[in-house]
Amino acid sequence: MVSEKSNKKTKKVKIPRTSMPEQSPEERIKNFKEVALGYTEEDAVKESKRCLQCKNPRCIEGCPVDIDIKSFINLISKKEFAKALDKIREKSSLPAICGRVCPQEDQCEKKCILAVKDKPVAIGRLERFVADRKLSENSITGNESNGSSENNKSKSKELDCKTSNKKIAIIGSGPAGLTCAGELAKMGYKVTIFEALHKTGGVLVYGIPEFRLPKKILEKEVKFVESLGVEIKLNMVIGKVLTIDDMLNNGYSSVFIGTGAGLPYFMNIPGENLNGVYSANEYLTRSNLMKAYLFPEYDTPIARVRNIAVVGGGNVAMDSARTAKRLGAKNVYLIYRRSEVEMPARNEEIEHAKQEGIEFILLTNPVEIVGSEGWVKKIKCVKMKLGEPDESGRRRPMPIDGSEHEINVEAVVMAIGQGPNPLLTSTTSDLKLTRRGNIEADTQTGKTSKKGVFAGGDIATGTATVILAMGAGKNAAGAIDKYVKTGIW
Amino acid sequence: MLYKIVRKTKLAEGIDRFEIKAPLIAKKAKAGQFVVIRVNEYGERIPLTIADYDSNKGIISLVAMSIGKTTYMLSNLKQGDSIRDVVGPLGKQSDIKRFGKVICVGGGAGIAPVMPIAKALKNTRNYIISIIGAKNEDSLILADEMKEISDEFYICTDDGSIGFHGFVSEMLNELLEGSEKSSNSNLRRDIDRVIAIGPAPMMSAVCNVTKPYSIKTIVSLNSIMVDGTGMCGTCRVEVGGETKFVCVDGPEFNGHKVNFDLLMLRQKMYLNEEKKALDLYEEKCRCKAFEQKKRKTC
Repeated sequence: MVSEKSNKKTKKVKIPRTSMPEQSPEERIKNFKEVALGYTEEDAVKESKRCLQCKNPRCIEGCPVDIDIKSFINLISKKEFAKALDKIREKSSLPAICGRVCPQEDQCEKKCILAVKDKPVAIGRLERFVADRKLSENSITGNESNGSSENNKSKSKELDCKTSNKKIAIIGSGPAGLTCAGELAKMGYKVTIFEALHKTGGVLVYGIPEFRLPKKILEKEVKFVESLGVEIKLNMVIGKVLTIDDMLNNGYSSVFIGTGAGLPYFMNIPGENLNGVYSANEYLTRSNLMKAYLFPEYDTPIARVRNIAVVGGGNVAMDSARTAKRLGAKNVYLIYRRSEVEMPARNEEIEHAKQEGIEFILLTNPVEIVGSEGWVKKIKCVKMKLGEPDESGRRRPMPIDGSEHEINVEAVVMAIGQGPNPLLTSTTSDLKLTRRGNIEADTQTGKTSKKGVFAGGDIATGTATVILAMGAGKNAAGAIDKYVKTGIW
Repeated sequence: MLYKIVRKTKLAEGIDRFEIKAPLIAKKAKAGQFVVIRVNEYGERIPLTIADYDSNKGIISLVAMSIGKTTYMLSNLKQGDSIRDVVGPLGKQSDIKRFGKVICVGGGAGIAPVMPIAKALKNTRNYIISIIGAKNEDSLILADEMKEISDEFYICTDDGSIGFHGFVSEMLNELLEGSEKSSNSNLRRDIDRVIAIGPAPMMSAVCNVTKPYSIKTIVSLNSIMVDGTGMCGTCRVEVGGETKFVCVDGPEFNGHKVNFDLLMLRQKMYLNEEKKALDLYEEKCRCKAFEQKKRKTC
């Protein structure tokens, strides 16, 4: 018996990690369609069989929202795909999104026991597979899921009549807000999301490009959240059209702030206001939210140039560089002041960017943008070397004397980070902020200094990931429920 | 959600006023603030200053001059039609208090955004001198309304078809200089503030006139915007050597500190694309009109 079991295990380990079917780099740089095509049923089942079904699965420890990874993978191996999705949805409202944009290599997959000797189970790809399979049935408003949301609604009525007439306001429809809203709706609350832009999704719609997260997928995930009974009000800039105090005084029992990191940082170097210099926020918003890549079918323009520099080394920088390539740039230079090891971007994004011909100029930092007649002509840079580790634990880059050089470009995208947008926080009384302008919120519950007001996601933590924002939204939903029921702050 | 045009009024050739049902915005709007609109699903987001607001009726007024595709599409909308998105009120409100004597200068379509500020200043018991200007008499807007709220009122036209023959900045200069010569009053020392709204070259010219007299001059900048909430930074300008975002730090700034050359350069960022979009739109409109005509004759 024992030997048979161990044989079985060895056999499993021998199955190599199933690779992801992708559009070829030559093809995909000419379109904005999704790069990763997704597993077939065969791929998914094969990959799920690699899972050892550990007694103490460590992958779950690595998931910010505690998805029962072991169980959903087991269900895939039995081809019970709908059940697998239900298993994920117990913990996450946005599986098709997480399967695409989560940094799995630093989370669940990092903890996978297979990763010790081999490559980890492709948990993210499997998550995406079950979510997509459901979405492609186009039945999000159809039978099955409608049924389950109906179930959710009626269940909540039975559960608690205390919650059903309580109104909760959610500010921001990004991953934190959508998750918090979905969780509260499941508990039976009347939830309204207030979104500043004309489309739902926050960073998922304005920030992450179509080729990484198709907007149709997002729309379907949003529809699912709406099917739980969540109302979404667009074009509502809270702090301007309504304040948080207005909300609390007008029948909302509690408010959750999930407004993200909507303030672009610039380097404060000469030439940054020249025509052709973009914040990554602007560049990506024009392309993604406003569909400038389809100009003139859509009215919003965007610079289409031959040579472009993107400054930064995170996911936003990769998204910007790859967008530039698809907009027809011949040379896209990704300028980063540290080395590749320190890049905060997901491995997959770095790999994809390289495959697409993005030229990485590492250990290099811009000092000036040189223009002529108001337009960008060159970016002046210095070479850097790495010194002692700084507070982030990464080695601090230092300029090398006499290493100034210029690169000819017609546009520059600054992707060096985003901060908290002060528009809402500056109009809300007694909301304590950190030195950097983020909202001070309890890391477990999202409780702020203002009674009844919770916050989570990038607005509280500074720029992080989609899944961490979702985790924060989820935790806050639990805390909001407790607060509304007990009145105890 | 759609925003219904409850009334459309033609103010002059190519300039329309739209009264739009937007109760929440009307309730919060203050003089000097703006909205961002998107005409339809394919449209661009553009900022328009709130020209008037009535919180009781839940209506805001916008005045738009047809210069690009978006404003042409807007002008082709009729009463009863809807605008896809209207977001606001955005930006900081005007500083409204009793200053004393205030000169309100409005050029072209800029007369519309000056009006609510002049009105609010009048209501706080300021003495209002208005100078409004346009290319010619036919393109002059809101003259009667401005006259009604002004203690002194001047009209300028580039061609002299009505009022003073020349630019608003020249009229202003004459007022200030003239007062220096006249014995009964000393207007330039009397003026506590100038508000100037219009095309960037006009605002720049006004600032050049008032600077030697050190009269505080407030301008409302019309830069390119996308979100209007401080998220993208496309509206950045230099004020006193510092980079500011018009959408959240403005739209009003101390005109003597604004780098107008940069503002004008940045306004031209998408000139080629704007022209292309407009040409295609005009072609489409022509084709439509032609087809309609053809159908009629058949």
